[in-house]
Amino acid sequence: MSNTVTAAPTRVYRDYGQPYWRRALVTRESGIIALFVIVVLAAIVWVPYFDQPITMTFLLLDVAPILLIALPMTLIIITGEIDLSVASVVGLSSVLLGTLHQAGLPIPLAALVAILAGALGGALNGFLVTVVGLPSLAVTIGTLALYRGLAVGLLGTTAVTDFDPFWTSLAKSKIGDTGVPSIMIPFVILLIVFAVVLHFTSFGRGVYAIGQSSEAASFSGVKVQRTKFILFVLAGAVAAFAGIYYTLRYGSARGDNATGLELQVIAAVLLGGVSIFGGRGALHGVIAGVLLIGVLGSALRLANVTSDVINIITGTLLVLSVVSTSFLAWLHKKQPRNRGIKDGSHAAKA
Amino acid sequence: MLFHQFGTRTARAGAIAAVFVSIALVATGCSSDSGTPAASDGGSGSSDANLSITFLPKNLGNAYFETSDKGGEKAIKEFGGSYAEVGPSEATPDAQVSYINTLTQQGVGAIVVSANDPKAIGGALNDARDAGVKVVTYDSDTDVEYRDVFINQADSAGIAKVQVGLIADQIGDAGEVAILSASANATNQNAWIELMKKEIADNHPDITVVETVYGDDDDQTSFDKTAALLQTHPNLKGIISPTTVGIAAAARYLQTSEYKGKVALTGLGTPNQMRDYVNDGTVTAFALWNPADLGYLASYAAKALIEGTITGAEGDTFDAGDLGSYTVGADGVVLLGDPYEFNKDNIADFDF
Repeated sequence: MSNTVTAAPTRVYRDYGQPYWRRALVTRESGIIALFVIVVLAAIVWVPYFDQPITMTFLLLDVAPILLIALPMTLIIITGEIDLSVASVVGLSSVLLGTLHQAGLPIPLAALVAILAGALGGALNGFLVTVVGLPSLAVTIGTLALYRGLAVGLLGTTAVTDFDPFWTSLAKSKIGDTGVPSIMIPFVILLIVFAVVLHFTSFGRGVYAIGQSSEAASFSGVKVQRTKFILFVLAGAVAAFAGIYYTLRYGSARGDNATGLELQVIAAVLLGGVSIFGGRGALHGVIAGVLLIGVLGSALRLANVTSDVINIITGTLLVLSVVSTSFLAWLHKKQPRNRGIKDGSHAAKA
Repeated sequence: MLFHQFGTRTARAGAIAAVFVSIALVATGCSSDSGTPAASDGGSGSSDANLSITFLPKNLGNAYFETSDKGGEKAIKEFGGSYAEVGPSEATPDAQVSYINTLTQQGVGAIVVSANDPKAIGGALNDARDAGVKVVTYDSDTDVEYRDVFINQADSAGIAKVQVGLIADQIGDAGEVAILSASANATNQNAWIELMKKEIADNHPDITVVETVYGDDDDQTSFDKTAALLQTHPNLKGIISPTTVGIAAAARYLQTSEYKGKVALTGLGTPNQMRDYVNDGTVTAFALWNPADLGYLASYAAKALIEGTITGAEGDTFDAGDLGSYTVGADGVVLLGDPYEFNKDNIADFDF
């Protein structure tokens, strides 16, 4: 009797009980973080002018909108959905801020209206996806055009640029003498909120469960549609906030602001180890993904590499990151300890 | 999962190849890192003034800016500075800001920039100027407070005068002409049309402007409006189209119509659009500024700023190589001169 009892746990131990350091370190997230550190070190050694504090300031100012929008985008992609309309929401919020400011509204009030409008835009996405039941890819391609059209239509080809220097310099300001831009404060607060929600609440477990299997999640008591709806609203609101930062940083409210930003956000999220099929990913990997693309661009620009080559390199990196997932899974399965697994479910999640 | 499913030898070989390609890419990326900047360092260190001048067009892969920046490079070679061109692949202001920041960090002598937004890149340009970088705008200006000088390709008076001069030559300084414009509320077009009418009234009394039509800068609309013009005014001797879309559409209509060679056409066009029509005689001559000269002048202005010959104040004078001497006007604007005339003899020299 004691024989049978000990035999079963031993099998479990051999299959899944890898040492803690292995589980912590051999993940896609740590791979991306390692790559990020390598690129930073290589740039410090080889790229002139890179090892100045100002590099970090410029970098963080540049990637702040991507970092912000990547937070809700990560959750949306983990559920297996996508939101392509975020950059258009940035443009719409930028134009709303500009026109309301022109109409005499103080900036905080105009910003609040813009964020509400962004949330409303997100709610429309969420409504069409969850209530009407359309695929998010199709819905948000539509609203991508719709919100951009509204933005350009409201302001035409003109730009609102007469913002109070107080607000524009606030957007570019740094925290004391650290060289870290002030925009990192709201970002870190949002990051903590999103990380806690995703990794330490039942809502967050539900997000993963939906991505693994929407039906199974539903049967397990996860409110699938409500979860998705909330995520789309959050994406709209955060994108609108990013739009306010974007507008004030460049001191210019334009309908075509941040065109194409959605692809940079999605690229960074995927590079950060989030599966496009849903169910897998973590925020620390996504942050590393955003910073990796940012640092790579910054270092290559400093090295006088042309923009087309930069695009080729970041594009190749993205493709390789997707390919490497499959490659690592294959490698993992080749290891003797994993040979016994026939269904491949373990390997697929590694 | 991909390899798990296929698991064939080919897939494995492909995967291994992919890893090697990635390593190679990273390696080449790094090696070009160490190579390129050394050259610009050498350039900036060779004389006491930092004559490293970088062109930042609206975007790369644009034939117009390729021509202008080649002109800039020619000038920089003449005075022994070091030339570079950087730019985004999309013409957006935020991408330009990243490049301006990069150039500030590199400590270049001057940035020659065509602004994607008159305001949005201003903060970054001011950071650059605080760090001692001179800023020249060309083609598209920023607000005055963000740059040292602006190289203006052409002013309205010059554009109007040259186009009227061209049509007057082609129709023997007498007869009916019409104007094919862009949209009815295009500010610059309307300013030019007013000045052209005034120039005709003042200096060409035998020419009458019978009608102004609007093709909305749409190829098909402009084409149709040209056809309508020619039917409404049987005695029409010439058409002026001060828009690149309009002149190309009008030329396309004239080329296959009975009016070819009988009705003159001129205006503002680009050599690549107009080449066929000039070579087959549909169009005798048209005007536009010469982008190569624009870049050339911008380089010399940057040099003068770096060396302290000029500060951008009104009345400052500097030498611009083959183009002669230039004076800075009000608000730090340097005017390139009258538009350049393109005809059968010189059109082969241009590719933009």
